Amino acid sequence: MSSFGPAPPPGTSDPTLPVGAMSSGARRSLPASLLVGGVLVGAIAVTALVSLLWTPHDPLLVEGSQRLQGPGAEYWFGTDRFGRDVVSRLMVGARTTLLVGVVAVGIAGLIGTPLGVLMGMSPRVLGETVMRFNDLLLAFPALLLAVMFGAVYGSSTLTAMIAIGIASIPVFARVARSGTLQVLASDYVLAARSAGRGPLAIAVRHVLPNISGLVIVQASVSFAIAVLAEAALSFLGFGTQPPTPSWGRMLQEAQELVAVRPFQAVAPGASIALAVLGFNLLGDGLRDRLDPRLDDRRGA
Amino acid sequence: MLVQLARRTAILLASLVVASILVFWFMWVLPGDPAQVALGTGATEEAVAEMQARFGTDRPVPVQYLDWVTGLPQLDFGQSYVTGAAIGPLIIDRLLVSLWLIGAGMLVALVIAVPLGTLSAVHHRRPLGTALAGVSQVGIAIPNFLAGILLIGLVSVSWQLLPAGGWVPPDQDVVQFLRRLLLPALSLGVIEGAVLARYVRSTVLNVLREDFLRTARAKGLTPGRALVRHGLRNAAVPVVTVLGLQLAVLLVGAVVVERVFVVPGLGSLLLDGVANRDLLLVQGVVMVLVVAVLLLNYLVDVLYTVLDPRLRATA
Repeated sequence: MSSFGPAPPPGTSDPTLPVGAMSSGARRSLPASLLVGGVLVGAIAVTALVSLLWTPHDPLLVEGSQRLQGPGAEYWFGTDRFGRDVVSRLMVGARTTLLVGVVAVGIAGLIGTPLGVLMGMSPRVLGETVMRFNDLLLAFPALLLAVMFGAVYGSSTLTAMIAIGIASIPVFARVARSGTLQVLASDYVLAARSAGRGPLAIAVRHVLPNISGLVIVQASVSFAIAVLAEAALSFLGFGTQPPTPSWGRMLQEAQELVAVRPFQAVAPGASIALAVLGFNLLGDGLRDRLDPRLDDRRGA
Repeated sequence: MLVQLARRTAILLASLVVASILVFWFMWVLPGDPAQVALGTGATEEAVAEMQARFGTDRPVPVQYLDWVTGLPQLDFGQSYVTGAAIGPLIIDRLLVSLWLIGAGMLVALVIAVPLGTLSAVHHRRPLGTALAGVSQVGIAIPNFLAGILLIGLVSVSWQLLPAGGWVPPDQDVVQFLRRLLLPALSLGVIEGAVLARYVRSTVLNVLREDFLRTARAKGLTPGRALVRHGLRNAAVPVVTVLGLQLAVLLVGAVVVERVFVVPGLGSLLLDGVANRDLLLVQGVVMVLVVAVLLLNYLVDVLYTVLDPRLRATA
């Protein structure tokens, strides 16, 4: 899950019982992964919100006299080579990270989920054909797509978000379709059908509520992938453009200084890693809670 | 089984054709004229027209597509609009560099993942297992370029043990080649190892519950021997599958790591192409990467069917 490439097909995708399930065997206790993931994600969200109202310094203010200060009382994590406050830039960077994640996952979920449900409910031949095309799109990893977008439309946060979002659509479509097929095979759908409910009513009343757990878990995992992709893109210069703070960009600037100021890489690097860890753990914890398919395995 | 092979091959071929259309369409039809893109917005109309005539981009789009796509099987990717050089040999040269990096990265990943995953499965629900699973969870969250920067800072700058980047071909100087390969391979492989360790753990966990392992124990094998002789062999099939799919991920991951370590691989070629607005070059590299991913998926599919007889009937 670290990279933003194609996900393995359902048959092989078996990325373990969640860590949380393992450490806290009891079903009803809050899994550790959910707790830790929730706290990390919450902390990033709060940081981003606070940055809207307050940052210790102006994140864009260039102060020649304050270049490359070490961590201290005035600048908690020091300053970068333009004399800008690292903490303030990290805080605003959290905003960029969350924005990219929300928009990218939003695009992917809002297009991929209905598509998957539709394909699950349509005739088998059509569904299979569209899913073949869907699998083909999985061969275009987010990073590659975003670099192509950058080549054509120019690099910006917007093109990065859209590219990452488009690249994540196939995963949602696949998850939604497989969930839909499962729900459609259930007795209550049979009952609804025999009671004369139409396809739309079944989709809205039965399919969507029952696959929502799967979709939420996928959203959390995709969010982690989007954070990584945005960081990589900004690192390469294809994502968020200066002077807007972005963790990936800060890391790229830090690399040039790694010989003299190795600490510069630590703060943005740790921020990216904690964000990804947070969303991955959250996804694991939520899967433990929401994915009905785990029930039989959990008992073993 | 032959029928299935034929079916999968047909799907692969269809996918390749559709992928080539997608890549071509995206890079050519959407942005307007590639000559205009290569020359920039300030170019005069005459300069653009002259360039269009020289590279044949004034022809109808389907003709251009057919011209391009029929050259691909012979590794003819056309000529760069910017430098005029043939793109095919350039891509092959750079691909070889990337393959060294990816191969070494995969090796590092395996060396880490198999013991780590097995140990954490054997110690399932015990402190060591939980700790190891936690370590791999943290590893997954670290981007490979961050690992690269940290390795440069530590190994190259602080300890001054290895060069911080660059590339020496193996046929020129093997020692220098290895010295320059090690850090990028570690950056790619350590993170990949963390990802892979989770799959190893889950497959070993599944195998541990199998009847044949109990039988092996009943026959008097120690837990360790039973696991090595019967368990790991059975766990290998799904792990090999994931390995194949993760190779595709490494291919893309290498793009970033190459940039960190200034390795002249396919990724560097791609990024340089974008920077120079060399659309035909970008198109060629993207196509190669997508073909590689599709081929890997195909090979994994086929291998899976061959390795696991149970899947032949159902798949």
